[in-house]
Amino acid sequence: MELSGYKYPTSGRLDATFAALADPTRRSILARLATGEASVTELAAPFAMSQPAISKHLKVLERAGLISRGRDAQRRPCRIEARPLANALEWLERYRRLWEANFDRLDALLAETAEE
Amino acid sequence: MTVTTPSDREILITRVFAASQQRIFAAVTTPALIRRWLLGPDGWTMPVCEVDLRVGGSLRYLWRNEEDGREFGLHGTFREIVVPERIVHVESFDDASMPGNTIVTTTLHAHGDTTTLMLSIVYESREIRDMAAASGMKDGIAASYDRLEANL
Repeated sequence: MELSGYKYPTSGRLDATFAALADPTRRSILARLATGEASVTELAAPFAMSQPAISKHLKVLERAGLISRGRDAQRRPCRIEARPLANALEWLERYRRLWEANFDRLDALLAETAEE
Repeated sequence: MTVTTPSDREILITRVFAASQQRIFAAVTTPALIRRWLLGPDGWTMPVCEVDLRVGGSLRYLWRNEEDGREFGLHGTFREIVVPERIVHVESFDDASMPGNTIVTTTLHAHGDTTTLMLSIVYESREIRDMAAASGMKDGIAASYDRLEANL
């Protein structure tokens, strides 16, 4: 089946997405933004980290296209950008489904052979 | 089980099992045992499973969908074997539209009665990773279109 018009992610974009997702703080920030937009102050609150440190993480997420910042000069609220995240997560989700099915069977096999 | 991306070409899957390193090592390297669990989605069997467990030795897996007869194979070579804690092999798919290698490292860490299995999959290059990611998305979209058609 040929899907004309569907754009594959470019190498640079997927790199940026993966690099952004590799950090646990950035994953937590994305998890928080998945529930709604937030300011830097609000995002920094749950972390033992300064606002400049959080701002650095936000820059990485913004460059990867995973979040966008509002125009309001004071608050500049962050919001999650669904598409690049969905592309990367869809790929990882396939790995998760495949290996979860395999490892559940391995688990059952180990339990079964333990009794023999 | 967790799935993470420690670097831009690597996928790391971690799972804890209530079994010893030795038993898990046997289950991931013995053909008669591999065929009972390394089956992917429901409906697939593993008619070919050959493992020559030595450095430089080869492995050969072939899966078959029992409903429609589709087959899917991969072959590989062992690079490193440390019984019962570490196996490194390089693998590639038979399908010519999926060229390139992935380096697969299986590590077993024992903690008392449980063992943590870590499976690291590293794409040889970013181009190969991007093709793998793109092909999966294409399949995913094709499958959604098929489901959509079936429901019209």
